[in-house]
Amino acid sequence: MSQTTSKSERPVVRRGDRIFAGISTGAGILILVILAGVAVFLTIQGIPGIAAAPDEVKSGTSFARFVGPLVFGTLYAALVALIIALPLAIAVALFISHYAPRRVAQVLGYLIDLLAAVPSVVYGLWGREVLAGQLVPAYRWLDENLGFLPFFAGPFSATGRTFFTAGVVLAVMILPIITAITREIFLQTPRLHEEAALALGATRWEMIRMTVLPYARSGIVGGAMLGLGRALGETMAVAMVLSASGVVTFNLISSTNPSTIPANIALQFKESSGLTINALIASGLVLFIITFAVNFAARWVVNRRREFSGAN
Amino acid sequence: MAKSIDVSDLDIYYGDFLAVEGVTIPIRARSVTAFIGPSGCGKSTFLRSLNRMHEVIPGARVEGKVLIDGQDLYGADIDPVAVRRQIGMVFQRPNPFPTMSIYDNVLAGSKLNSKRMKKADADVIVERSLRASNLWVEVKDRLGKPGSSLSGGQQQRLCIARAVAVEPQVLLMDEPCSALDPISTSAIEDLIHELKEQYTIVIVTHNMQQAARVSEETAFFNLAGVGKPGRLVEVGQTTKIFSNPDEEATEAYIQGRFG
Repeated sequence: MSQTTSKSERPVVRRGDRIFAGISTGAGILILVILAGVAVFLTIQGIPGIAAAPDEVKSGTSFARFVGPLVFGTLYAALVALIIALPLAIAVALFISHYAPRRVAQVLGYLIDLLAAVPSVVYGLWGREVLAGQLVPAYRWLDENLGFLPFFAGPFSATGRTFFTAGVVLAVMILPIITAITREIFLQTPRLHEEAALALGATRWEMIRMTVLPYARSGIVGGAMLGLGRALGETMAVAMVLSASGVVTFNLISSTNPSTIPANIALQFKESSGLTINALIASGLVLFIITFAVNFAARWVVNRRREFSGAN
Repeated sequence: MAKSIDVSDLDIYYGDFLAVEGVTIPIRARSVTAFIGPSGCGKSTFLRSLNRMHEVIPGARVEGKVLIDGQDLYGADIDPVAVRRQIGMVFQRPNPFPTMSIYDNVLAGSKLNSKRMKKADADVIVERSLRASNLWVEVKDRLGKPGSSLSGGQQQRLCIARAVAVEPQVLLMDEPCSALDPISTSAIEDLIHELKEQYTIVIVTHNMQQAARVSEETAFFNLAGVGKPGRLVEVGQTTKIFSNPDEEATEAYIQGRFG
C-alpha cells in the first residue's frame, strides 16, 4: 500500500529508518574520530621526541638512529613470521576447503579460529618457556651445517631465545587470519571452473593448480598482508621471547637480536621519562604509518580481485 | 577413436536419494544421441555418470554397468581421472579458465597428459582443435588474450576446442546452447554435425527442435511421478521418436501437452 502523493516537497521517510541511519552514520564517524585522535596524539606527542637532541634521550642518539634498527627488526620479524606462516596457512586452508571431509573441515576450521582467541601473552610465555628450549638442537644443527648463510651465522643461542623463535611464535599468531581469509577465497572458486578441470581429467591437485590457486592469487596476497599487518604490531611474542639489544643483523639464531618497535615500547616505557617518552611515542607513530600502509596495500590488492572474479 | 557406450540397469544416487533408476540404453559410436525430458528428470545426472563426473559431488554414487567398448567404466581398477581424459565434456555455461589465455585454455587438457610439450607440437594441437571447433579464424590473431574476452558463443566453442584437443573417444554435452543466442546456437549445431564424423556425441537439450536437428537417436527421460526417481521412458531413432513414439508420455511431451 503506497501512501498518497506527499503534499510537501520532501519524500516520506519513516522515523525508524531515520533513527537507524543516524546511529550507523554516527558509529562510522566515531571510528574516524578515534583514528584521527590516535594520529593526532601520536603526532603531537611524538614531534618533540623526533626533534630531541641526542643527549636529551636515553638512547643517546638522534631519532633516526634510534628508530632505524627498530624498524628493521619490526619488518624482519614480520617477514620471518610470514615466510613460516603463509605456506602452512595455504596448506591448511586447502585441506579444509578441498580435501577434508565436511565434518573434519568444520572442526578444524573452528580450531584454527580458536587459535586467534588465545591471548598473545600466552603465546609469549609458551615461546619463552617451551618452544625456545625445544628449538636449541635445531639451532645447533643449523649453526654447524648451514652456518655459511648469514641467517644461521651463529654463535647459536644456548637458551633458544632467538629471533627465529620469536618469528615462529608470531607465525602461530598470524596463522588463523591468513588461513581464514584464504579458506574463504578457495571456497569461492566457481564450481564451474573446478568441474571444467576435473572433466578434462585433472586430479584433485591438478584441479587446484589450474583453477583454485590462480583464482585465489590476489586473495592470498591480501590475506598475507593482513597477517603481516598483525605481525608488525604484535608486542608480546617479541617482548617476552627476546632479550633484544637493538642491533641490525640478519642472524636468526644468535642471542643478540634486533628488537621491534612495539616490543621496545612495551619494555622501555615504564622506565622512561621526559623526551625519551616522546621518542617512544614517535616510534609508535612510525609503526602506525607502517601498519597503515601495509593494511592499505592489502585492501587495495583484495579489491583488485573483483576485476577478474571469474564471473563470466 | 570413437567408441560405443552400453549402459545396463544403472541406478544413480545422491547419498540415499535415488535420482535416476534403472536406465538401460545403448549409445552408438560416431552418432549423436540426444537426451530430452522435463527439468529435474535426471538427464544431466545420467550424462555426468557417463564420465564419472557424478561422483565429484560428495555422497554421490551409482549402481549398475556402463560399458565403453566392452570395458566397465566403474570397474574396481578403473581410475576416474583416466576415464575423464577419454570422455570429454562441455557444460551448460561456457567455462573457459578465466586466468588462462585462449591458447592455454585449448592446451589445458593436453598439458595434464604430457607436462613438457614442444612449442611446435602445442601449436599444432591448438590450431587443429580451434579449427575443429570453427573458432580458428576468429581468434587466430589474439591467442594470447584471456578466454573470458570472447563472446558467449565463442567461449562455448573454445570449451569444445578444449575438450576435443585431447582427442577423446566420447564427447558429452550438457545443454551446450542453453546460454547462447540463436546464431551461436546454430554455429554449435553445425559443429556437432561435423564432430560426429569422429566422435560419439551425447547431448542433453531442452530444445526439442535442437534434438530433432542434430541427433540420430533420441532418449526421452521423465520422472516416474512426483518425488520418484527419473527414468528412461523410451529411446529410438530421432525420426521415430518425433513422429510416432511408442509411449503416450513421449508423444505428450513432444507435442507440448505437458512438461
